[in-house]
Amino acid sequence: MTSDADLDAPRRRLPRSLLLGAALTGLVVVVALLSLLWTPHPAEQVRVIARLRPPSAANWLGTDHFGRDALSMIMVGARNSLAVAAAAVGIGILGGVPLGLVAAARRGWPDEGVARMADLLFAFPALLTAILLTALLGPGAINAVLALGVFNVAVLARVTRGAALQVWRREFVRAALALGRGPTAVTVVHVLPNVAGAVIVQATILFAVAILNEAALSYLGLGIQPPAPSWGKMLGDAQTYLFTAPMQAVYPGAAIALAVLGLNLLGDGLRDLLDPRHKTTTLG
Amino acid sequence: MRGWTLGAACAAVLALLPGYVQAQARTDLVVGMQLEPPNLDPTASAAAAIAEVTLVNLYEALTRIDADGKVGPGLAKGWTVSDDQTTYTFTLRDTAKFHNGKPATSADVTFTLDRARAADSTNPQKAWFKAIADVQAPDPKTVVVTLSQPDGLFLFHMGLGAAVIMSAETQPTNKQAPVGTGPFKFERWIAGDRVILVRNPDYDGPKPALERVSFRFIADPAAQVSSILAGDVDTVPQFNTFEALPQFQNNPRFRVMTGVGEGETLLSTNNARKPFDDVRVRRALAHAIDRKTLIDGAMSGLATPIGSHFAPNRPEYVDLTNVYPYDVNKARALLAEAGYPQGFEVTLRLPPPIYARRSGELIAAMLAEAGVRVRIENLEWAQWLEKVFRGKDFDLSIVAHTEALDIEIYSRPDYYFGYKSDRFNALSAELERTLDPAKRKELYGSMQRMLAEDAVNGFLFQLPIVTVENAKLAGMWKNRPYQVNDVTGVRWQ
Repeated sequence: MTSDADLDAPRRRLPRSLLLGAALTGLVVVVALLSLLWTPHPAEQVRVIARLRPPSAANWLGTDHFGRDALSMIMVGARNSLAVAAAAVGIGILGGVPLGLVAAARRGWPDEGVARMADLLFAFPALLTAILLTALLGPGAINAVLALGVFNVAVLARVTRGAALQVWRREFVRAALALGRGPTAVTVVHVLPNVAGAVIVQATILFAVAILNEAALSYLGLGIQPPAPSWGKMLGDAQTYLFTAPMQAVYPGAAIALAVLGLNLLGDGLRDLLDPRHKTTTLG
Repeated sequence: MRGWTLGAACAAVLALLPGYVQAQARTDLVVGMQLEPPNLDPTASAAAAIAEVTLVNLYEALTRIDADGKVGPGLAKGWTVSDDQTTYTFTLRDTAKFHNGKPATSADVTFTLDRARAADSTNPQKAWFKAIADVQAPDPKTVVVTLSQPDGLFLFHMGLGAAVIMSAETQPTNKQAPVGTGPFKFERWIAGDRVILVRNPDYDGPKPALERVSFRFIADPAAQVSSILAGDVDTVPQFNTFEALPQFQNNPRFRVMTGVGEGETLLSTNNARKPFDDVRVRRALAHAIDRKTLIDGAMSGLATPIGSHFAPNRPEYVDLTNVYPYDVNKARALLAEAGYPQGFEVTLRLPPPIYARRSGELIAAMLAEAGVRVRIENLEWAQWLEKVFRGKDFDLSIVAHTEALDIEIYSRPDYYFGYKSDRFNALSAELERTLDPAKRKELYGSMQRMLAEDAVNGFLFQLPIVTVENAKLAGMWKNRPYQVNDVTGVRWQ
């Protein structure tokens, strides 16, 4: 009896990082969704007379320099952050995965093309590229999404290509080809399902990176434009009030840290779960 | 025994040291500024930062305006004016010399004025020189300027940055290596960081107490605050992070001075573009703005509200802040009357200064109450100058107009407000010809009223001039009647 349980346990138990990551990410997602239905106050409501109030029953996290409710802004900020990050990662998946699959299936010049494009994008730091692009295209949420998404396309194309190449060498793929299936059918039926795990793990990590980079862009005034609340902008605004109202900088900072930590742990956990060979030791 | 004597000697020397150090007053100064000048030639570009580094300190103009806005002698030690107020005879200082050793003569003045008024002049304030009909130099120290019509502001304008006297020889290189006649000369410009001026030993006027003055450019408000706290910067003459003031006011190491300036801060409105070509819409915006809340929220309560384009500290000022009292319902009604019962959507393009960014967010919230949905777009200075100021591609913007007595900009045909009024132009032309102070005051009043009635722009507040500095410093100006940082009278106590 006991020996059976012992044998089964390692397979059944989920990685602890996965659980913690899922809980933190879940919290951010729930808060963001909740903000669609309810916030303690309208997040953009300005009440200058009530500015920089400490936490109270009416304003649980106090108010910012325009008297806006900090908790409401954090909640709506979560939604805006997740939306931008999701769109940026979405662009990456929609653009990068097909490119990677084609590169692996066709080899030759498409493969070369994808590899060189990725090399070009990797030559510049992602955030610097994003700053450059938003400066060129003009600031705003949509341009921030595009600027962050371009980088994700390159990352996901490379990851997909690498994973797909491994799948192409496997026997069942050779068997399928021998049975007369075309490369498109093999890609859709055999390769895609087998690279999905790697893509999901990478997308989760990229999600965390996108949240961090969006906060950086908004902090610089290039991301989500006011009055829409965003964590990065809240941090930037609070900076000159550090001596009078330090907590107004701590809340958005903590929100960014929790969201990024949660997504990173989730990504780590997913990798452990989906690809045991790459098992990491973090919280494992 | 020997050790003891040595120790005593050391102690004695150490005891004397602090007194010695105190006796040596510092002779260097670091001035903190937010914006770096694009070049160092005030006759080449309108950027205020150029004059704020160079005017009076490095370059001199014919006249010199003091801290109270009064016109006095500059490079010209005196002048006479003909009875019909059209001929000015200036006498230059006998021993005035440029920093390259060449004497400053009437030929340099002729060169400067002719260059500024030429048809192909690129002077940013060309309008100031357009009344000049002729410039003659009968001898090396005398200049006779003839005007085509009297100009009440001529002597004032001749003391500002765009009118500094240069020599033909160094003018082409003044942007990078400026040569003037002032008490300080150029030493070095470390791009992105600072401009360093040093005392000019050959200056023929009173010698400044300071030997070396650095103008340091720190754009980030938080970094600016830290640099003053750390002592890296001695004085910031246009401190604008007002929320950080309490920590300086409560600290005996620092002095905070609040003065008045010339910065009329406007919700600049594109009068040439729909829907702002309709005066009812512009009036609706005026009713929708609560200046008290704006000043409390964006300026920590420090600014003075204005109702037209004029500095409240000037005697000609008319208080028009009650022409359009804050009334959201009135604003909605006016918008409905103009055909926008559901309001409309506009873009508000903001330059980088903190007053503009902060005010922009509050004004967007206020206009939203009246049904005007505002999309904010934050721009860098270069983009703002390109798109808004030169390109006139904007709906609304927020900026402080810091030129002194600049109400005439509303009569300029292609200014970015897109305002066209023959009545205003007639008033402006009459003002230019009028010299009688009482009549001028009346004309200024009519012009202010007209701008308020037409609600050309949203008139928000006068930008306060706040100086935060080391308490041991003396001689920085509290008020700012024009664009300048005069450090010639600054010393350490």
